Amino acid sequence: MALLTGRIEKGGYCKITADGAWTAKNAHLIESAFADILAMTKAANSIRIDLKSLEELDTYGAWLLERLRRECTRSDIKVKFSGVQSQNKILLGEVAQLGLDQSSGLDDSSAKRVFPYYLDPLLKLLKNEFLHFFSMFGQVIAAAARMIIHPANYRITSTVYQIDRVCWKALPIVLMVTFIIGAIIAQQGFFHFRRFGADLYVVDMIGFLIMREIGVLLVAIIIAGRSGSSFTAELGSMKMREEIDALKTMGFDPVQVLILPRVLVLMIALPALTFLGSVAALLGSGFVATLYAGMTTELFIDRLRDAITMDHFWVGMIKAPFIGFVIGVIACAEGLQVKGSTASLGQHTTQSVVKSIFMVIIMDGLFALFFSAIRM
Amino acid sequence: MRVEAIPTVRIRDLAVRLGGRDILQGLDLDVQKGEILGIVGGSGSGKSVLLRTIIGLLPKFSGTIEIFGQNVDRIADEEVQALEKRWGVMFQHGALFSSLTVRQNIQFQMRETLNLSDRLKDEMADLKLEMVGLKKSDGDKMPSQLSGGMTKRAALARALALDPEFMLLDEPTSGLDPISAGDFDELIKTLQSTLGLTIFFVTHDLESLQTIADRTAVVADGKIVAAGSIKSMLNHPHPWVKSYFCGKRGSAVFNRKLPA
Repeated sequence: MALLTGRIEKGGYCKITADGAWTAKNAHLIESAFADILAMTKAANSIRIDLKSLEELDTYGAWLLERLRRECTRSDIKVKFSGVQSQNKILLGEVAQLGLDQSSGLDDSSAKRVFPYYLDPLLKLLKNEFLHFFSMFGQVIAAAARMIIHPANYRITSTVYQIDRVCWKALPIVLMVTFIIGAIIAQQGFFHFRRFGADLYVVDMIGFLIMREIGVLLVAIIIAGRSGSSFTAELGSMKMREEIDALKTMGFDPVQVLILPRVLVLMIALPALTFLGSVAALLGSGFVATLYAGMTTELFIDRLRDAITMDHFWVGMIKAPFIGFVIGVIACAEGLQVKGSTASLGQHTTQSVVKSIFMVIIMDGLFALFFSAIRM
Repeated sequence: MRVEAIPTVRIRDLAVRLGGRDILQGLDLDVQKGEILGIVGGSGSGKSVLLRTIIGLLPKFSGTIEIFGQNVDRIADEEVQALEKRWGVMFQHGALFSSLTVRQNIQFQMRETLNLSDRLKDEMADLKLEMVGLKKSDGDKMPSQLSGGMTKRAALARALALDPEFMLLDEPTSGLDPISAGDFDELIKTLQSTLGLTIFFVTHDLESLQTIADRTAVVADGKIVAAGSIKSMLNHPHPWVKSYFCGKRGSAVFNRKLPA
């Protein structure tokens, strides 16, 4: 069925007929017929749109009729509807009023640009990344100082709960991953070093590597992905639901109540998990040494005892609380930056993990420089 | 015509059980074509559960629900999807997709189900925005930038996107100040008369019940205990109905029109 037809009669009178169902389903068919009709009306000197045989009309159809009427209308020709059915009158009347004010929101974003445009993203980055990080850093230090002055205000229950979540519940995954990585490193070491007959030095390598770097790095990455992200999501959704504003109005400092316990817990959890993780990694490599490389247990332990000194142990352990602090501060700073939308929550959670892992690796590099400077 | 005789929604002996607790039991209700039906009831009486069961978000335990004369249990999934395009739902808190702008929210269903040109989609979105009393420029805002009243209007515009015949509104005026709530009532009434909608709305607001509802149904004890005009409610024997319509707030609203 033709939904829209037009015919020019003698004397330049153009009769446009709309029939059938002018509804959402047919809207694209109707719209595609517009061009022909409009071309035809160019020659006309009076136009009438006939709606007598219209069967159905919804807002889509009504708007298309109104649009047709407006597009046909020229300074010298007034276009009218004829044969309007009574049930369509209100709808057509409503639609006729719409869209008459063409005022739309002015785009004033260009006026605000003071700096050269290419500096904008850089400045924004500097502001967002560093300012927020150091602002949170300062707030946590200040809250810690207040806690030392008034220790009674510290939230012990919250801390114990967080230790259970961050430390105890993370133990299985941490032990499993470090055990497997320890075993893999040992296997690769034995496989490649055997060609030079340097089997015994593999144990030295394992010892340095695990105690100084692998243990703490692996644990830091697991914790950043596991607990850092959960802190961000938690604080972010509290921000979205105005819980943090509620805390503030009741006279609590969100940094002291929510963030300080979390950051402190990470500073406790990271050394503890690093210690246990390193033990698991050494155990994993020990298994490979005895089962795969055929070393006796006594020999492996002897070599390990010679290779590892207290210094190696401390190099790994000293780094841990600092890294925990940085993960905590980044996770909480990101959480508090969450805006109203769920997309923003996801974005900041990703940011939290990416930034934490990046910062962990940067800090590890700085510590490596520091320790080699003090010959440790 | 015979088609007019079929009620938009016909519920018989509906029971809904959540977490082992009977929320609704033996509930019968008809929503006639073209009427505005207001549902009231105490907190936790199951008004919203009823709405969510009708639109299929909650499973029913027993009973039948017919929508546009079709029993939703007996028809195939594709037919249910076709049904879903014929109704529009406005959720209590708007439920606007927070990662899309208001305009994109309105266009979401159009984009998926209709084959429209970009120009027509934009024009239709603007039209829906104007119909609910929002400005064109509001279309570019994100849902998080809207005030409570604007969120409700945007949600209504999205529910209207596909020109549904049947609208379900969950507490349309909750959280609005009395003036905005009054405006919103007017808006619903206007839209109903313009588009010939059937409207089912759940409310706490006596004022809007009086202004827009053609008929009121009261949910209590898991069933509809009373249905009819406000006037018939005022003399109803059920204790909850009595305390709701003839209590302090009820009297304040309903007796105002009477000469002192």
